[in-house]
Order: sequence, then structure tokens, then C-alpha cells
Amino acid sequence: MNAYEYRRLKNRLASGLALTCVILAMIPLLYILASVVMKGAPALSWEFLTNRTVGTGEPGEGIGNAIVGTLLLVLYASMIGLPVGILTGVYISEYGNNRFGATVRFFNDVLANFPSIVIGLLAYALVVTYLNVGFSLIAGAVALAIIEIPIVANTTEEALRMVPNSLREGALALGISRWRTVIKVMLSSAKAGIVTGALLAIARISGETAPLLLTAFYSNYWSFSPTEPVASLPLTIFRNYNSPSEVLLEQAWGAAIVLIMIVLSLNVSVRLFMRRNANKGQKVRMR
Amino acid sequence: MVTAKGSMLRKNTVRFGGDQLFEYSVMAIAALNLILVWFLAVIMFSDAWPSIDRFGIGFLVGADWDPNRDLYGALPFVFGTLVTTGIAMLIGVPLSIGIAIYLSELAPLRLKDPLSFIVELLAAVPSVIYGLWAMYALRPVMVDTVEPFFQSVLGWTPLFQGEPIGLDKFTAGVILAIMVIPTIASVSKEAMMAVPDSQREAALSIGATRYEVTRMAVLTYARSGIFGACILGMGRAIGETMAVAMTIGNANKISWSLLDPGQTMASLIANNWGEAEGIQLSALIEIGLVLFFIALLVNVFARAVIGRFMSRIPTTGGGL
Amino acid sequence: MTTIFVYIFINMSNSDIGVYAERHQEPVFSIVLDGKTRIERCEDMSELEKTKTGDNGKSVVMPHRGGRTRLLIASVVTAVIIISAAVLMGVVLSENKIESVTLIGAGATFPMPLILKWADVYYNKTGQAVKISYLGGGSGAGITQIKNKQVDFAGTDAPLSATDSSTYGLVHIPETLGAVVVAYNLPGVESLRLDGPTLARIFMRNITAWNDPAIASLNPNITLPSNQIKTIVRSDSSGTTFVFSGYLSVVSNEFATLYGQGKSVNWPDVIGASGNPGVTQTIKTTPYSIGYIELAYAITNNVPYAMLKNRDGNFVGASLDTISAAASGTTLPAGDGDWSGVSILNAPGANAYPIASFTYILIYKELYNEQSKMNKSAAKALVDFLWWVVHEGQSYASGLYYAPLPQSVVSVNEATLDSITYKGEPIR
Repeated sequence: MNAYEYRRLKNRLASGLALTCVILAMIPLLYILASVVMKGAPALSWEFLTNRTVGTGEPGEGIGNAIVGTLLLVLYASMIGLPVGILTGVYISEYGNNRFGATVRFFNDVLANFPSIVIGLLAYALVVTYLNVGFSLIAGAVALAIIEIPIVANTTEEALRMVPNSLREGALALGISRWRTVIKVMLSSAKAGIVTGALLAIARISGETAPLLLTAFYSNYWSFSPTEPVASLPLTIFRNYNSPSEVLLEQAWGAAIVLIMIVLSLNVSVRLFMRRNANKGQKVRMR
Repeated sequence: MVTAKGSMLRKNTVRFGGDQLFEYSVMAIAALNLILVWFLAVIMFSDAWPSIDRFGIGFLVGADWDPNRDLYGALPFVFGTLVTTGIAMLIGVPLSIGIAIYLSELAPLRLKDPLSFIVELLAAVPSVIYGLWAMYALRPVMVDTVEPFFQSVLGWTPLFQGEPIGLDKFTAGVILAIMVIPTIASVSKEAMMAVPDSQREAALSIGATRYEVTRMAVLTYARSGIFGACILGMGRAIGETMAVAMTIGNANKISWSLLDPGQTMASLIANNWGEAEGIQLSALIEIGLVLFFIALLVNVFARAVIGRFMSRIPTTGGGL
Repeated sequence: MTTIFVYIFINMSNSDIGVYAERHQEPVFSIVLDGKTRIERCEDMSELEKTKTGDNGKSVVMPHRGGRTRLLIASVVTAVIIISAAVLMGVVLSENKIESVTLIGAGATFPMPLILKWADVYYNKTGQAVKISYLGGGSGAGITQIKNKQVDFAGTDAPLSATDSSTYGLVHIPETLGAVVVAYNLPGVESLRLDGPTLARIFMRNITAWNDPAIASLNPNITLPSNQIKTIVRSDSSGTTFVFSGYLSVVSNEFATLYGQGKSVNWPDVIGASGNPGVTQTIKTTPYSIGYIELAYAITNNVPYAMLKNRDGNFVGASLDTISAAASGTTLPAGDGDWSGVSILNAPGANAYPIASFTYILIYKELYNEQSKMNKSAAKALVDFLWWVVHEGQSYASGLYYAPLPQSVVSVNEATLDSITYKGEPIR
């Protein structure tokens, strides 16, 4: 076999290997999705989606308030966490070539590696206890935001790094001020990566259980004041899992389906929105 | 990277305005991260103090966890965390990178988006569900197929001794690997897709095969992004509670065999948090502190040793 | 923070990116006119120069070919609409029509289904005026939360120590009874009999095979297999373990010395599973295993459990009657007294089930404090709710596999509830 054929063989093998990885990983991933759907589908119904939780497993129980609760928690958390995360990523990437920047990046990594229950503890100490708001929606949102920040910051930083220097230099050369360069030019080019990061972070926090135990607590009722406890899908799953009722266990799987559907629709709509704009805003083409 | 400090461009900011303001506001927000970590450290230290005070440095090497006699030590759990995270990364990282390469370079266009969707979607599955699935579906597979296989091949090593019951460090490592794959794969895929086509074209123009293009151009350029993805994934693995608690067998002892039950720090905290009070609660929070430091150390190690090769994005040099 | 962010985005459109415009050969101006922004095209480069120096009161705007700016504004407006809709939805959906009271409780997962049932029934009974939220999360968490005054009542399987209850001013109200059963997975064996000392020896790993003489002698009519016994225990701290280990400590001095009663026990050589469901599932899927779970889980999951020899020498299985029988003979302290020694384990009585226990609700004797500032109606609602729980509420217990309280216990609770005060005045 000559050198060329050898290289071609390596190429084939590598492609095959990559495909194998995908298949290997797809099997459990699809199996999980299938299990969730199969076990939870019997629980789905209009009543399931609109009735409030009770916790006894008797007919007429649903997860409606948990759905709204999770939506609100994620919304409030993202309103805090996304801007902070993105701007942190911007800082590290654009202005962070100094000791302070390196420190921020380091601590950002550290924050990413904290167990979520400890982050819940922080939000508990700050919001629930120190500010004496008590168990509340806002405390839960704060905890989730703190979990979100490092994920978003990390992906934003990497996405910004991947923008070729030529773009940056060209814009500056045209006399565009530094901050306009960052916002207009860099962020647009890095849009795809940043959005992926944001969606990943949102997906992650929608499923977090432990921090909510100490912050948002739980409620069986239709009230969503920021200073009161609120139901959430992950905690519904957690609570149902710990109960002896078969009905509740089935509802736990159903709640998992709903959670995945929410994240799925968010993903789909954001991607569609982005694709519609991809061809409108012209990429700056440098000669 | 162009810093433009002290250059003509900077002086022009009188009219353009906002440059300084922007930089300082962004810096302030970035500083928020530091403040958060600081707060976390302070709160944890103060809550853990009773335990730190009583056990001192012995806590780190203590191997007993006996709430009835108020004797606590972290060693078995540090061991468990390192082992399970290690397995998770060992299995998860290569698989994720393989997936990312496939999705960004090799997949036919029609498959690319649906597959990417599925992978990202799985980051949203709550850990309880992963744990439940692991208990009902993964464990039988491990007990009947995977573990006996490994035991037959590698049974002579101390790693695969004992009777497989499926609730052990190996199973926990596997479910953790499955949990980190969506994160690492998605972020790596984005990093690879952001590599400018010019890089690939340059490699192709000198006659490289697909594999070589990927290796030379894409992976090199996207190194830092892939590394960041691994850090994120590791973050999830180190701190994962529910799924581990349901698969690791929860034995508070050290054992080298992967087929023996063990315990991780995060899972221990989750298991005992609800019932702990007083000195036990302090000990648990001290475990949290130890977890924090271990994560810190691993991060430092990773960034320093491996990151040194990855921190610099090769500059494209000009308008390519 | 969102407002600042949005502000930056909106203002971007009026930027002096005249250089962009210059390069694209199509500069457009924006003129602020009576507070409105109008877009005007520019033909002349010299005008552009004047604009850049701000001479003619105009500022340059990026060419909005493709409507990027408009799109941006549209997305911002959409975002604002979505956010306000969400907040509005939250407000509107909240049932704030009636003056309602919300009470929060946390603690043991064991009584959770029953407490939630009570909460639901009471909610409807009071015309939706009293909302009670209870989250199991563990007795320890519940106790910590009530000590921190973040919850109104706590549930705990294990009573507080005397110092704790007196220092904090908490009273115990046993609200129901439960039992821990010994579930097993023995193929081909329909019913199993065990007694306390044998059980203790099994869990201490002194007895390791199913056909050990000690077990065989208690089960003369069954052939036991020779397989090794796999003991399944709770890996997480729990009240169930507390009750079970308490029983083993009572019937076996060796166990009491080596391991003792506790929410977690340093069991030798065991398999640990998380939560009652975890242990149940593990027992069901692990042949020749034995473990301890709450009664309700054994029933709903069809897991067989052993008959135990009680103190009077009879073999009894766990049932609502046998559990209530265990509680009927006890003397209880006053609500604010020392409950740390209360135990109905291995209780006397021909029909008493040996591993039964109370589970308690804790509330403050004086309901008003500076931190939570509970108002009078909430305090009254809490006491009324608990009064209802120990009377009419008991009729809901058996449906969920909990044993109703015997009258003697109800009387003690009545006295306790009568002693609860708000700002010094008794509420009832």
C-alpha cells in the first residue's frame, strides 16, 4: 500500500470511527427519549396540563401550575443570567488579556463546577434569609441565574474568540469605536455560538432540582407572585418519584415529556428565527 | 489581538463616546463572577466552620462517615468523585468529539440539524429522569452484558473484581458520561463550525484527506473551544447528584474495583442534606467545600498543563 | 439590568457609522425632528463630512437595507411584550380573588401524601381560603427551616431533643402513625416469619444465608434456599432508617452498642439505595434480598413483607389495625414537653405491630415572631387546620395506608393545640 492509499484508509477509518461514536452515543440518548415518551405518554391529557398539582395521586391532578412555574423561573433567571453571562464572556474575550481577565475566566470555570445544591445554598443565604424574602420565585430565579452565568460566559467567550481577527481589525480600522465593534460586529458574527450557549444554559436550568428545594420551594396553587413559593416541573418529578403512588410516578414521566417539549420548542423557534435573519444582515466582507 | 491602547483610535473616543463606559460596565459585570464565588466561599466556610473546627485537616483523610458517633471524613467521597468523573470524561470526551466532528464535518445536510437538535435537547432532561432511566434500563444492561464482559477481559486487574450487581462506580460513570455528552458535543460542534472555511480550504488545497483536514485545520483551530466544552461537561459530572445517587450503590468506603459500590461527594450531600442537622450539616457543607477545592484544583491542573497548548488561537494573519 | 441592555441596543441605530455608509456608497441620515426620527438619504459626500463633525445637526444612521434596525426594534418590542405577557399571566392566573392565607410546611417525606391530601381537602372545605404547601425534603431540612422561621410548620419522624424543643419553643403534634416493614425477594416463598433478634443479626451480617437455622426455626413449613442474603438499606438519611434502627436497637443489645439508632447507620456490607422507591425497586429486582421500607410502598408495589414476632410473642403483619394497636397503650408528654423518649417500638399488646412509629408536626408555641411576622388570621388558620387534622382529617388516613390516631393521642393533641398562643393570647 503506498502512502496515498494509506492516508485514504486512515480517512475511511476515521470517518467510520466518528460515525460509530454518533451511533454509540445516540443509542442511549434515543433510548432515554423513547423511555420518557413511552412511560409518560399515558399521563398526558388536557386535564394533566391544566389542572394544578395536589400530590396525592387521585384523579383530577395535573401539572399546570408547575409548567407556568418553570416558565417563569426560567424567564426571570435568564433575564438576569443571560446578560451577565454574555457580558462576562465579552469582557474575558475582548478586554481580558490581563491579570484581571485571567482571574475572571478562572473563577468563571470554578463557578461552573460548583454543585448546584451549593448554589442553592448561596441563593438561600442571600435572598431567602438575608433579604428575608423567604422561599420565593425570585430566590429560585437567582439560583438558576447563577448556574446559567458560567455556561453562557464560557460559550460566549469561545464564540467571540473564533471570530477571525481580520474582522475585528477591519472594523477598528474603519474608525468604528471599540464598543461598537464588539456589539455590532463581533456579537453578530458570534451569534450562532452565543445562541447555542444560551439555549444550552436554559435547557440545563429548566431541569435543575436541587437548588429549587432551598429557594423556590413548592406550591400546589395557582399563585405566581415573585415573593411566594412556586411549583416547578423538576421538583414535581422529584416529589412524585418519592411518593408511593403509581399514578404520580406516571405523572413524573409525563412532566419530563412536557419539560423536554418546552426546551424543544424554544430551540426550534430560536433556530428558525436565526435562520430567517442569517441572510438579511450581510456579513462584512473584507477585500 | 488588537488592543489599541494608546493608539490614535483611542483618542478619537471623545466624539464616539462610550468606549470607557462600556469597558468599565462590562468589567463590573465580569467582576460579579468574582463576587459570587467569594460569597459562596464565605458562606460555605462559615456554615462548615463547626466541622472544620472539630476535625481539622484529618477530615480530608478520614475514612469514616458515621453520623451516630459524629465521626466524619471525606476521603471515600473524594475518591468516588474522582473515579466517577474520570470514567465519565474518559468515555464521554472521545464520544462527544466524535459526534461533534461528525455533525460539523461529515454529516449529510439533512441529518445535521435533526441530530444536533436531539443532542442539545438531551441537555434539558432533568437528572432525576436520567437516574430513573439508569435504574430501570441501564442497570440490567450493565449487570447482564457490560460488566461481565469487562470482567472476562480485564478481570485480572484490581479494577474489575467482585460480583456485578449494577449499582457501582462503573454504572455511575457511564450514566455521567451519557449526561455530559450533550454539553460537550454541542459546544465542541459549535467551536468546529466556527472554524473559517479558509482553514479547511487551505488544507484541502495541499491535498489533505478529509480526516487530515479535520485534524490539521479544524481540531487545531477549535482546540480551545473543545477544551472549554470539556470543562463545562466536567462541571456537570463533578456536581451531579440524583443520577449518581441512584446508580452508585452508596457505600461509604473506598474500593478499587469499579464493580463495587462507592459514593461521591455531590451524591453524599444530596442523600443526607434533608435529614442532616447540627454537626452533620456542617460536615456536609465541609464536603461541599472540599468539592469546590477539588474542582478548583482540577481546573487549575487542566488549564495549566493541557491549556498551555490551547490558549492561543492561531492568528489568521490578514484578511483570509 | 434588562432596561440598560435594551437601551444600548436601541441607541445603536443612531450611530455614527458613517464610514460604513461611506463604504457602502449609500449613506442615510437620521434627523431628530420634534422627537421623531426621520430617515433621509444623502447624495453628497461633503454633507457626510459635515455630519461627522456634527455641524449640521444631523447624525448618520447605518443603511437599513434588510431592515436590520427595524428588525432589532421589532425583536426588542416582541421581547418586552412576551415578558409583560408572562408577568401578566402570572398575576392573572393567580387566584387572588379571595382573601387567602398561605401556610408553608417542610419536612419528612413519610407523611407527605397524607399531609397533601389534608391540604387539598381543607382548601376546598374553606372555600379556597387556606392554601397549604408542604414539601417533603427530609425531617432535618424541615427542622432547620422551622428553626430559621422560614416555614410555618415542620414534619419530622424523629422527635426533637429536649433541649431543642425547649430552646426554640416548639411543640410536638403527632398527626399520624406509620410502620416500617421488612420486604424481601425470595423466589417461591410466599410468606416469611422473622423475629427481632434474628432480624438484627441479619442486618449485622451475623446471619448470611437464607437457610440459617435461626430463620429456619421460625419458618418450619417452608424450605429456605441456601443463597446468600443481600441486605438492602437506605443510602440517604431518613426517618425510615431511624425507626428501623430504633427497633433493632431495642431488640438487640449488640446492635444498639455497635450501630445504634439513627437516621443513617454505618451498616456493614450492604447495598444502599436512595429513597423508599429506590429500596423497593432494588428489592424487586435483586433476588434473595431483604430490606426495610414504609408500608405504603410495599402495598402499592406488591412487594411481600415479613410477619414479625411482637413483644407478646405473636406473629403479626403490618396493617392499620396492628399499627393503631401499637399506639394505644402509650403515655405521651404534654405538647411542649420532652418527646425525645417517646417510642412505640416493640410495643406491648397482643395485636401490636413491633415497628410502628408516630410522625410529628412541629409548630411554635407562640406563633408570632419578629422574623416571619405571621398575622393573626394565618395563625388561626394554622391552629384550625391542625385541629381538623387530628379529628376529621383522620378519616382520610386509611385510604392512603396510614393508621388513624387512637383517642388517647387525639386528646393530648387537643390539649397542645389549646395551648398555642398568638402574642400571648391563646388562639382557640
